[in-house]
Amino acid sequence: MATGLRGIEDSIVYGIARPTGGHRAVNFRLNAPFVQMYGIVKRFPGVVACDHVDFDVRRGELHALLGENGAGKSTLMRILYGLYQAEEGRILRDGAEVEIHSPTDAIRQGIGMIHQHFMLVDTLTVTENVALGLKSSREPLLDLDRVEVGIRELSEAYGLQIDPRAPVWTLSVGERQRVEIMKALYRGANMLILDEPTAVLTPQEVEELFVTLGYMKENGYSLVLISHKLQEILAISDRITVLREGRLVGTVPTEEMSREELARMMVGRDVLLERSRDDEIDVGEVRLRLDDVRARDVTGQPALQGVSLSVQAGEILGVAGISGNGQRELAEVIAGLRPMSGGSVELDGTPITDWTTARRTELGLAYIPEERMHDGVVRDFAVSENLVLQEHTSEPFSNGIFLAFDYIAQFSRQLIQDFYIRTPDIRTMTRNLSGGNIQRLILARELSRRPKVLVAAQPTRGIDIGAIEYIYQQLLEQRDTGMATLLISEDLDELLALCDRIAVIYEGMIMDILDRNETTAEELGLLMAGVGLQKQ
Amino acid sequence: MVDELLTVSTLIGILHSCVRLATPYLFAALGETFGQRSGVLNLGVDGIMLMGAFFAFYVVFEGHSLWVGVLAAIVIGVLMGLLKAFVSVTMQSLQGISGIGLYLFGLGLSSLLFKTLIGSVEGVSGFRQLPIPLLSEIPGIGHILFNHNALVYLAYLMVPVSWFVINRTTLGLKIRAVGHNPEAADTLGVSVSGVRYTTLMIGGALAAVGGASLSIGLQNVFQENMTNGLGFIAVALVYFGSWRTVGVLGGALLFSLVNALQLWVQALDIPVPSEIAVMMPYIMTIVVLAFTARQIQKPAALARSYERGE
Repeated sequence: MATGLRGIEDSIVYGIARPTGGHRAVNFRLNAPFVQMYGIVKRFPGVVACDHVDFDVRRGELHALLGENGAGKSTLMRILYGLYQAEEGRILRDGAEVEIHSPTDAIRQGIGMIHQHFMLVDTLTVTENVALGLKSSREPLLDLDRVEVGIRELSEAYGLQIDPRAPVWTLSVGERQRVEIMKALYRGANMLILDEPTAVLTPQEVEELFVTLGYMKENGYSLVLISHKLQEILAISDRITVLREGRLVGTVPTEEMSREELARMMVGRDVLLERSRDDEIDVGEVRLRLDDVRARDVTGQPALQGVSLSVQAGEILGVAGISGNGQRELAEVIAGLRPMSGGSVELDGTPITDWTTARRTELGLAYIPEERMHDGVVRDFAVSENLVLQEHTSEPFSNGIFLAFDYIAQFSRQLIQDFYIRTPDIRTMTRNLSGGNIQRLILARELSRRPKVLVAAQPTRGIDIGAIEYIYQQLLEQRDTGMATLLISEDLDELLALCDRIAVIYEGMIMDILDRNETTAEELGLLMAGVGLQKQ
Repeated sequence: MVDELLTVSTLIGILHSCVRLATPYLFAALGETFGQRSGVLNLGVDGIMLMGAFFAFYVVFEGHSLWVGVLAAIVIGVLMGLLKAFVSVTMQSLQGISGIGLYLFGLGLSSLLFKTLIGSVEGVSGFRQLPIPLLSEIPGIGHILFNHNALVYLAYLMVPVSWFVINRTTLGLKIRAVGHNPEAADTLGVSVSGVRYTTLMIGGALAAVGGASLSIGLQNVFQENMTNGLGFIAVALVYFGSWRTVGVLGGALLFSLVNALQLWVQALDIPVPSEIAVMMPYIMTIVVLAFTARQIQKPAALARSYERGE
């Protein structure tokens, strides 16, 4: 309880005159270093995840930690939070060296972490989640009433709207994130590490989060934002530390940086993610048509409630939406992996509603699944085996009985070269490749068949910026050669950069389909939140 | 004949037996509830019950008091729980298989000890009826509810006690969290292994006392495999009761009612083949489990070992 109420006690001691009745992290000198890390080294089998990295966060500072996947930013923060132990290096808090061996130690040092995948127990209420692991004032009994009072005070002070009594499973993603922040605040954290906090939020929720972070900064909290969204980092951070391949590239003041400079620091070369906004496209005939498609999710609940859309040759149609609004089911229905409970699907003018996945593939459908490790490849297959996963039964990959190993090897080497798949050998186990390289592999397999229609579900989620750039290029090139693409993504920047039209899905319904050039992230965000139903 | 079943005194007798016979189910299933709420499926309950039944009986047989017998059962139950925890929490073996191993271990060891230390079927004088003053005088209800031995009362007392521990204490909150999302609990400094060791020891102790309730409370003998798979029904009861103590109570009463009916059907010499009568509780188990597909309350991490990941 003592740590839990630290914030509240401080507001009494220092008498802060905030109209909202704020709490300060502690009595602080602005800009004094809060946490310093020196010469941090952490090795994993085969890689040095952090190679003598220095990092520091000041009080009242929002410090962004930027880097590609595998650059070591999460590892560095996990060391600070006690989930990993560094092999070398020192950690100082307020100038004094500290040992952090577990999250409990970190919490004791005033360090909290908001994980990318929320660490909440769905079946418990907000209050119970906050109280979990804390000493109660009435051990061994719970003191949820007291915790609830504390939550209400903190939520008022920082604009964190949550109902303390709501079970977590009833909350939206944005609300769950607030519960996570609440957990850290209630534990008396002076510093918050936020791991990709905006990845799952609508633009409106991102705004709210930034307002909260702003309040916290004013009150002396130190904030670390792990992110790869350059625009966002430039908009709200004070300083930026860039890591690449486990090494520190540099720590720079945000106001001196531009997007291009940051991307270069991150990747080590120039990166081009923008596409020219004025290119007029020649769209052809309709390649994929969905008419009133209905389907249920794994639990038997309706997930798609009458989706109608069509994609033309030479067009990229985006599907925007918050995770869990039917995107997964939509992709699976088109790929033939999920039975439909109503409606029809046409591929290139042919009704394929009852077709198997194999027949759809033959007709020219390509599919990049959301769970690339699970649905996209067989992890324990060699790279070459995954590259011919669909076509291995047909000429020239086999003669119907025996595989043509020589041809498969030659074909694989060609694709590895054409699609820049970084792998030691064609016989390397696929599980040993990085996320970005597995995605290149899937892309190579799917695009090498010259498909008429591509369904890509979250194709760039969790992969490094170099691979993202490459995937963007490929999608645009294929579009120009007449492929019809359905791109399902939760990243609005991505959709706005690539798509010609954007459909917004909400609770299994298409809210609207908008022209890329005539819409904004804000409009899309509102539709994603279900606002705008009245429009129809 | 069926008329005989329907006389008031017979009905009272059946209900009295029902309340009494629920005792071992209650102990074992409440114990299993603790384990499962923390994410560990322990199929070894029956083996623990047999060990508890044997040790309680042996201690009493050797001339010690009944409560020392219960204490012996608790000690052996905690040890069996520790063994299960070591195998499935520390060594992270598959929970289902290791539970069956524990069952076979308990079955074999209790039989072996019985043969070497006692040798033949003997009786002891177990817990006596302890009518509760005044309450047991109430016609009908009094006999059904308030005319039992101490272990029976203790079993029913464990229902609210278990509920309270799970829902109103910090340990209970940790148990629920660990059973549902061990990663989340771990990041808040809750020791997942510690909680699971604790629940398995509690579960072991309760299962062993459940076994003791047979050997020194209800039947007052020890025989090889005297539980007859009762521990497995207890595991099923946890599912039946949707992992809630009240549900477990309801399930235990339902099964013991069928059991009591079966006993009375035999006692009254009603011409139903005794094999059929004996099968009734087991058929009941299958039927009920087939129709209770509600898994809403199921701990999401049930039967999943936890290892701190990336």
